Amino acid sequence: MSFTETFFNGRVMLKYLPDILSGVVVTIELALLIIVTGIAAGLALALLRSLGVRPLNWLIIFIVDLFRSLPPLVIIVLIYFGLPSVNLSPSGFVSTWLSLAFVLMAFSEEIFWAGITSVARGQWEAARSTGLSFGQTLMSVVLPQAFRLTIPPLTNRTIAITKGTALGTVVAVTEILGQASSAVSNSYNPSPLMMGAAAYLVLFLPVVVAGRWIETRFAWKR
Amino acid sequence: MQLTVDARGIHKHFGALHVLKGVDLAVAERELVFVIGPSGSGKSTLLRCLNRLEEPSSGRVVVDGIDMLDPRTDINHARQRIGMVFQSFNLYPHMTALGNVTLALRKVAGKSRAQAEALGLAALDRVGLADRAGHTPGQLSGGQQQRVAIARAIALEPRVMLFDEPTSALDPELVGSVLEVMRSLRESGMTMIVVSHEMGFARNAADRVVFMDEGAIVEQGPPAAIFESPTHERTRTFVGQIQRH
Repeated sequence: MSFTETFFNGRVMLKYLPDILSGVVVTIELALLIIVTGIAAGLALALLRSLGVRPLNWLIIFIVDLFRSLPPLVIIVLIYFGLPSVNLSPSGFVSTWLSLAFVLMAFSEEIFWAGITSVARGQWEAARSTGLSFGQTLMSVVLPQAFRLTIPPLTNRTIAITKGTALGTVVAVTEILGQASSAVSNSYNPSPLMMGAAAYLVLFLPVVVAGRWIETRFAWKR
Repeated sequence: MQLTVDARGIHKHFGALHVLKGVDLAVAERELVFVIGPSGSGKSTLLRCLNRLEEPSSGRVVVDGIDMLDPRTDINHARQRIGMVFQSFNLYPHMTALGNVTLALRKVAGKSRAQAEALGLAALDRVGLADRAGHTPGQLSGGQQQRVAIARAIALEPRVMLFDEPTSALDPELVGSVLEVMRSLRESGMTMIVVSHEMGFARNAADRVVFMDEGAIVEQGPPAAIFESPTHERTRTFVGQIQRH
């Protein structure tokens, strides 16, 4: 068999295209859920942390460090196989979503926190001296400056973690890689894997480009 | 005589460091008080205690009749009456000059956007920068940035203005424009407390010069008295040093 027939077999590809496409839909659903909930939770934790309540901050740091050190796959497996023992049986989809959202929450909290603390103390003082409250200063003065700094690392992290949706295969989520690898075993041909790779490119390349665009948009005139 | 600022027995500790050792400072309405002293003498800390950017360890601060240290005082409301200008300008880099000036007008003074912009432009006009309203801080010179910072403070119509080394971060040729604005503020009757070593300005404009050293006021009086015939040895040494430059 030629290289093309092996890796880009038209007949096989056509046959399994619908499966791959349904995998794409599942991956998109999963990715959007992870991004929205993970980043929102990360921002919420960073804002809570900025209040400076010691015991609360210790708790936040503990949670964040925990999810940053555990491999995502371990968290998925723990949730999927562990929670049934306390009478909760999340589906593979929900397990993957929660796990990766927790990981993204942890990393984005650290990124947002770094952004908030990098804003000069003088900015806080100037705003507070004009009578702005803590919250108003945070929202109008500090966060807009912090966000600009967080966009590049946040985009990178988000892409890295969202690609982890492929780990859902382990708990039978029918996302792109899951569909592709079962198609490979059914057809004895690796072409569906190539389709899967192509699907990931089509999905994530625009996100990378969008990240660059946001980065330039957020840079203010010097 | 109406006192605009009445601070009594201000102590401030930073850990083991005793930065202010019972300072009294009373400033009358329309008075311009200059505070001088070696670095680390507590001048800036004193200034920052007046609007509670720094929490005094003990003492009493009354500004325009409001007890600043009373827990029932709405500190954000009270701070509107106390303008502050910083050594490093501290303009918001993500906003235009007008945005910098109108933020507190809208968020704290509760003005509509149109009202705030009218007041903001008037304030920028007073510092001679109405034509720079749409510029961001990065597009302005240091002197212009500091004047925008002054406009940001006076737009709120404060009863007293605090200047914390307003010209120390400026190139020499830009100092004049900032002092010019301060002089016109002075002429409009603004009560001002200025931490600065601009001796020429102090001599011309100040009603009183306060010399601080090691967290306490050593000596105070009219500029001529402090600069020409200081009574304390420490004042004499310090004044001699800064006048040699």
